[in-house]
Parts: sequence; C-alpha cells; structure tokens
Amino acid sequence: MSIYSEKVMDHFANPRNMGELEDPKGVGTVGNAKCGDIMRIYLDIDEAGVIRDVKFKTFGCGAAIATSSMATELVKGKTIQEAMQVTNRAVMEALDGLPPVKVHCSLLAEEAIHAALWDYAQKNNLVIAGLKEPRKDIGS
Amino acid sequence: MIYLDNAATTQMAPEVLQAMLPFFSDVYGNASAVYGLGARARQAVFEARKQVGALIGAAPEEIYFTSGGTEADNWAIKAVAETFADRGKHIITSKIEHPAVLQTCEWLERRGYEITYLDVDKDGLVHVEDVESALRSDTILISIMFANNEIGTIEPIAEIGSLARRRHVLFHTDAVQAFGQVPIDVEDMQIDLLSASAHKVNGPKGVGCLYIRSGVKIHPFLHGGPQERSRRAGTENVAGIAGFGAAARRAARILAEKQKREMSLRDDLIRRLESEVPWCRLNGHRSRRLPGNVNFSFSFVEGEALLIRLDMAGICASSGSACTSGSLDPSHVLLAIGLSHELAHGSLRLTLSEANTKAELDIVVETVKKAVELLRQMSPLYEDFMKNQSLEENI
Repeated sequence: MSIYSEKVMDHFANPRNMGELEDPKGVGTVGNAKCGDIMRIYLDIDEAGVIRDVKFKTFGCGAAIATSSMATELVKGKTIQEAMQVTNRAVMEALDGLPPVKVHCSLLAEEAIHAALWDYAQKNNLVIAGLKEPRKDIGS
Repeated sequence: MIYLDNAATTQMAPEVLQAMLPFFSDVYGNASAVYGLGARARQAVFEARKQVGALIGAAPEEIYFTSGGTEADNWAIKAVAETFADRGKHIITSKIEHPAVLQTCEWLERRGYEITYLDVDKDGLVHVEDVESALRSDTILISIMFANNEIGTIEPIAEIGSLARRRHVLFHTDAVQAFGQVPIDVEDMQIDLLSASAHKVNGPKGVGCLYIRSGVKIHPFLHGGPQERSRRAGTENVAGIAGFGAAARRAARILAEKQKREMSLRDDLIRRLESEVPWCRLNGHRSRRLPGNVNFSFSFVEGEALLIRLDMAGICASSGSACTSGSLDPSHVLLAIGLSHELAHGSLRLTLSEANTKAELDIVVETVKKAVELLRQMSPLYEDFMKNQSLEENI
C-alpha cells in the first residue's frame, strides 16, 4: 500500500527479530485488542547491562509490525541507558516517517521496549533512570 | 491483479463507456435546450430513466438522478424528516446501516429528531417484529438497507415494506449494494424510497438515483432549476446518466447468469477457506447473502496487515479493521453482530464479480492461508492461545 514508505514496507514484509526468547531477562506486552494493536518485546540482557538479543511479536496493522521490527533493531546491542533513548520519534525517523493516523504505533513500540525493561528491572531489583511503570491495558 | 473489492467499486463495462462517450464530445448540448443538440441529450436522459426504473420495477418518472448513493440517502432521510416534521419526529433505522444513513440520522438527532437504531441478530438480520415494536404514532420513516455492504446479509425487505404500508409509514431502503445484484421490485416489496448507485454495477462514479414512489410528496433537495421534475435542480450529468442507464440495461440482461455464477464462486470460496484456514468465522448470513460477498474473521491476526500481504500478491480486498478506516474503532457492523474487537479487527472482505474465475480463487485461498499463518506466527495472541492449549492438553 502506498500510504507507507519503502522502509515500512520492507520491515513489514521482512520483519527483523521476530519471534520469542527461551529465557528472556525481560518481557513486556502493551496495547489492547480493542484498538487493534498488541506488542510484546523479549529482551536478553547481560551482566554489563547490554541488550544481547531482542525479539518481538505483534498483533496489529502494517505500521505496528514495522515499528516493532525497527524498534528491536534500534535497541539490539545497546546498553539499557542507550535503549531508553530510543523514542517513538527515533523509530519513526528510522522508518522514513509514518502516516499521521499511525503515529500511535510508534508510541506503542517505545512503550513495549520500556515495559520489557521495567520487567527486567523488577526481576533484578534495579532502578532505571527515567523508566516508569507501564500502563496495563491488555485485553479486549 | 485479482480484484475482489467489487462492493467498493466495480470496473466500468465497455458498453457503458461506449454509451457515455458521445456526451463528452459531439453531443454536448444542455438537456434543457430546445434545439436538436439539447434534445439528443434529453432523449439520453429519458432512456436512462426508463432503463434504471425497469431494473427495480419503477416508472421512469419515479427515478430522480443524483450524484450517487450518498446523496440519495441524504435526500430521502432529510426530506422526509423535514416534510413530515409536523406529523412526527421519529425515525427507525438499524445499527448496521451505511454511514450515509447513520450519520444523516445522527445529524437529525442533533436537530430534535428521535432515532431508533435497531439491533440485528448474529447474522446481521433485522427482525420485522423489532421494527414493529419500535413503531410509534409519531414514526415518519423506516430506513433499512436492502443488503449490507460489509457482510452481505440481505434484509427482509418485503416484510418490512408490508409492515410499513399497513402502518402508513414511509419506507426507504439503501439498495446501493443490492441494485443489479439481486432482483428488486419496488411494487412487490412496497418500497417508497430507494437509493442506488451506478458505480457498483459497472457504471460510472458520480451518479446514482433516488426512486421516489409516485404520490410520495417530499421536498426538493437542490433548489434552482426545473431539472428532475424541479426536485433536484442542476444541469444534468448527461454522460454519467447515460452510463448509469447502460449499466442498468446490462445488469438486467445478465442478472440471472451473474447471480448464479457469483453464488457458485462465493460458496466454493467460503467452503475452502473454512476447511483450509483454522480458527476462522464466516460473518453474515450463510444463505440470505449477496451473491458476491465473502466476509471472514481470522482469529489472532489484524485485517490491515492481511490486506497488505494480499496486496503484495496482487489481490485487492478490504477489511473492517480500524486501521483501514483511520479511526480506532473497528467496523460498527461487525461489532453489531456481536464480534469481539479482536475478531472485528481481523476481518477480511472479498467481494466477487462475474468476471472472477476459479483459478483466481485458488490463488486467493493459498495466499490468504499463507498470510494468516505468517501473521499468526508474529502474533502474541496466537502465542498465548497455543500455550494455553498445550497447557490444557497436559492436564
């Protein structure tokens, strides 16, 4: 569909890091079936606080799948603090933009990364600067 | 390309284009003019009026050309409301109408009218008993669509028409999806007002009509000229009207054959998708259904993503997903038949024409099957569902 950039179409058709992790250090699920988008991010984080691996699963439109894919690429290999800098704006820019009605998809991608980091922080009794508890609105 | 979005619009038939061409070039006269050039345009408009009327059992003078189905719906509802305001301000419609009807009713609601939006059953059928119990002494109009644009369910129009006549209430039907697809007879079905559109039956875009039963006196929609018996002013869209006439003539000629062919393709497609794609649901009534309509919900996947996958394979389809409409809510029709938000977001509408082939549908089934599988592999809802299933198996 021509409403999307070539980058969005590429990430939709060939999503990067799609799947699950066996023993993730952090998992976050955001969104709800009511508005049609649910994103789940799995993180593997080493002792040095570097994101070694990341996977996603998304129920949603083309933009939702593409933003999830791009968000995983942007945080992979980064430190937690670097991953915290991956904003929805950064995801959108990396995808050469999104149609206005799809901007919420990029917000959801940012929230999904944050939710997975929150889960990691909870499990390890850590405080990550700037990280807030994710909204819980899963369900339909 | 495989085109399966005929409920959105259709390809113009070559004979329709041929019928229109003279009015874009040589025969440019104003249909109101006295000289020969005008008379030829006037004659074309008259012929078209006969052809369009003939398809629904109406007299030519009961057909009023409009800019399309939306205008016809607006005119019918607003004009009845305004003309009969002193008799009452109550209108009965359904929850699954096209926005051209629903939003017109909402507009009237803000101006002091009362609207009853009837529920439909799980197949999308309006129940005549519900219409009857909604009737009041101040009811001035019943507006129920002939067939639904999303799920294809054909409403009990003759029964509603008979009820409306018995109770002396005007009956309007938005027949945009049914016109030229199934037999319609405004006499047998006791329809007072009917909206139709040319581009859904291989005619041009930008032209449609409102049938107004002779004797039904509703106010004009556009003021400023004697056209359309002074009820819809403005120089006639002669080329468009001629095209509409040609499309109606063609539709009448091929109706029985087209219906038979589409129903066979439709039932085959439904049967194959049901047997080959797990966790799917047919939306709409199984038999009281437009010949070309197929509408499924696939659990755990979202409709727009599915549409893009189909588009990548050259297949044009549509969905009731919110993401295809620009709003956050999925189709009001799918919610009205009781679907969860998830299933409503995961809907796929495939609307056939008589030109589709079995070979095309083979490709469609394979593509849908693969796309649904792939999107399920990406779906956290599917992941959770499968995990719960294996948990249950272990217990």
